[in-house]
Amino acid sequence: MTTLNALRPSRRGILKGAVSAVLLGFHLPSRQAVAQGASTASPPELNAWVVVHPDDRVVLRMAKTEMGQGVRTGLAQMFAEEMHCDWSKLSTEYVTPGQSLVRSRVWGNFLTAGSQGIRSSQEIVRKGGAAARMMLIQAAAARWDVPAAECSARDSVITHAGSGRTLRYAEVVTEAARLTPPSDVPLKDPAQWTVIGKPTARLDTADKTTGKLVYGQDLRMPGMLVAVPRRCPVFGGTVRSFDVAAVSGRHGVRHVLKVGESAVAVVADTFWQAKTALDALPVEWDTGENGRVSSEAISTMLDEGLTAREAFIGNQQGDARAAIAGAARQIEATYSYPYQNHAPMETMNATVVWTPSRCDVWCPTQNGEAALATAAQAAGLPQTACDIHRVDLGGGFGRRAVHDWLVDAVLIARQVPGIPIKTMWTREEDMVQGRYHPVTKCRLVAGLDAENRIVGLHMRISGQSILATAFPGGLQNGRDPVQFQGLNATGTESALGYTFPNLLIDHAMRNPHVPAQFWRGVNHNQNAIYLECFLDEVAHATNQDPLALRRSLMANHPKHLAVLNAVAERIGWGTPAPAGVHRGIAQQMGFGSFVAAAAEVSVERGELKMHRIVAATDCGHAVNPRQIEMQVEGSFVYGLSAMLHGACTVKDGAIEQTNFDTYNVMRMSEMPKVETTILPSGGFWGGVGEPTIMVAAPAVLNAIFAATGRRIRDMPLGDQLRQRG
Amino acid sequence: MVTLNVNGRSVQVDADPDTPLLWAIRDHVGLTGTKYGCGIAQCGACTVHLDGQAVRSCALPLSAVQESQRIVTIEGLSPDGNHPLQVAWRALDVPQCGFCQSGMLMAAAALLAEKPRPTDEEINDAITNICRCGTYNQVRAGIHQAAERGISG
Repeated sequence: MTTLNALRPSRRGILKGAVSAVLLGFHLPSRQAVAQGASTASPPELNAWVVVHPDDRVVLRMAKTEMGQGVRTGLAQMFAEEMHCDWSKLSTEYVTPGQSLVRSRVWGNFLTAGSQGIRSSQEIVRKGGAAARMMLIQAAAARWDVPAAECSARDSVITHAGSGRTLRYAEVVTEAARLTPPSDVPLKDPAQWTVIGKPTARLDTADKTTGKLVYGQDLRMPGMLVAVPRRCPVFGGTVRSFDVAAVSGRHGVRHVLKVGESAVAVVADTFWQAKTALDALPVEWDTGENGRVSSEAISTMLDEGLTAREAFIGNQQGDARAAIAGAARQIEATYSYPYQNHAPMETMNATVVWTPSRCDVWCPTQNGEAALATAAQAAGLPQTACDIHRVDLGGGFGRRAVHDWLVDAVLIARQVPGIPIKTMWTREEDMVQGRYHPVTKCRLVAGLDAENRIVGLHMRISGQSILATAFPGGLQNGRDPVQFQGLNATGTESALGYTFPNLLIDHAMRNPHVPAQFWRGVNHNQNAIYLECFLDEVAHATNQDPLALRRSLMANHPKHLAVLNAVAERIGWGTPAPAGVHRGIAQQMGFGSFVAAAAEVSVERGELKMHRIVAATDCGHAVNPRQIEMQVEGSFVYGLSAMLHGACTVKDGAIEQTNFDTYNVMRMSEMPKVETTILPSGGFWGGVGEPTIMVAAPAVLNAIFAATGRRIRDMPLGDQLRQRG
Repeated sequence: MVTLNVNGRSVQVDADPDTPLLWAIRDHVGLTGTKYGCGIAQCGACTVHLDGQAVRSCALPLSAVQESQRIVTIEGLSPDGNHPLQVAWRALDVPQCGFCQSGMLMAAAALLAEKPRPTDEEINDAITNICRCGTYNQVRAGIHQAAERGISG
């Protein structure tokens, strides 16, 4: 089973024993073992990636973070494919970004987002496995005094072909570790893969069925206190005053603190003591100008952008405006997409021990390196005096790729030096202090000729840029390239799957004060709804079959077309659906993968029932088909939750939805049957966690139109079907 | 001081009577398999058994729990992690991030104890827990698989 990377002895002195060996659920070396030092030294590492223990256990070190998407098992598959180690004895551990810093980032990028977990590290991990195997074989060959080329390895056993002699990896690992790593590390041809591509059980399921897996929320340390913070509910607001005396005498309350300029926190013996004291704490906020902003004002701001003269161009072919103006017929529609909270099941948290010379953080994060940089800055210490010890995430979805919550946790711990402080957000705090899916609207205009062919398409997006609010350094002359996900003219990441004779896709950037952030599927979520539903509108308005219309635009996009055809065939497009059931279809490319979905729904007396959704995905190489199916299903739940229910609204500058009673999410009873077709065409590495999210909502929305004649253009669906159209 | 019967063990808890059972279990008894998700009995991550019934412990104050009532948490669902649901969960790889799964399993176990062969509709009615990773179809398959073994918890 996976364990957190053990604290190194050097750090143990710094923590003065306060945190020694009793981190619940973690496998720390006992004090005795540490004291014995060299006599119980762990085996030498073969390379940065792997340690082989005397009992044949192979431990793979991970820079990426497991948050449910199965990256631990996928990386292990890729490593084992090349190392030829015994799968049953393979486990993983997290490396820390502090260790990475010392070792010149030997493990590469820690960022686990953008469906990059596998594809951004596949080569470095496979090479790590291959290099380890080569060194082990070389060490065995040297012991036998035979050429390495005569030896092979399988299931952690090296065999000399001529003599039949064998050695286990563990028996030669000490010698192998002394060898110079090979400079040329050839990798297997994909045709030879036996582990990659095989449906494989996860390495980390067992402890999730017994309550043993320790999440950040579960961390316990001797002497630990729990902090519950509250930020000004209006973004950008500050603390004016708060009445410490009102709660300082309460049972268990140790500290009532100001945190930076915009938050307060209560530190107590337990979460409940801290939370209830915080609830009772009188706080006055200075909400500033933002305190007057409402959803209506934001909507007006976006409406203006829909027809504004100035806009950033994302994709342009020919002269769309002229083609539309001269067309025989125009079709126009405007869509909107709201703010949404990531709402991972585990609220934001971090456990921090700060001293004037050292800061250690235990937390769930999607980016260890960014967490280290953030923590060090907040701690007022160099990164070399800090480190991040990761735990598995109780959901990420992009929320844990940014670290606003960690800043506050460190600022709290700084005020209570030497004491482990677990800072934990309430669900209410998590809901109103999110980093939200951005708000946008979109106006689409198509020009059609006399034969109902699209001669020009203008797609004007108006609304919030994630980069402008979260990563302004990523803007290109003010333009946010991420805004056009799925709509790009070319590229291997998210290219448009249609060719229009004249096309203009542009973005009028309008940035309200609510902070926006990457959110599973990101801008694909609304972009796919906008375009795929609008094409459906054009098809119905011109009496064309929605599938046939798409196909007529896809001659230059064979990979997009292949997945579209796959779902059309599987859903039985063109054949009668069951009585009362209607179909919708959608396709998109994103995160390096080509995906499509087709849905079957019925609507009776305003009640939507999603019966069945079929999905097809071409992710190039499919590492673990079993996990890909899980990710497709999961992405549908996340995307359909957003489509059905997800909306955060703004009143007096603050988010109105405070918990799952007002921010509803999809439940079991709403779940359709999901059928997944995996079509790995090879030759590239596409993502899996996100891509299919983007086609679920438009496929269902198009099916709703087929069922009702109602075109849903404003997300979420909510109770629109129960209202008169 | 409140006395609770948790997983067959009598434990003394020094907590205010308004403290929800969830926090007594997590912060005082020290069993962290039961999760905090919402605090208002919406998400079900905190589900435990109280005299065999699934209850959402985040909204149940200690003052409402009797010393005689048997509380079972995920740690006490089975002595060896081999409740038929746990076996099925492993066979199907039901969990993704896993955070909600303690609550899912406890809700499912209470359902199977009452209805050994539940229909899809009965599962929908009983399992209203939230999973943000989207394991719903696997949870349903896991319940059916455990039910087919003819043993319930």
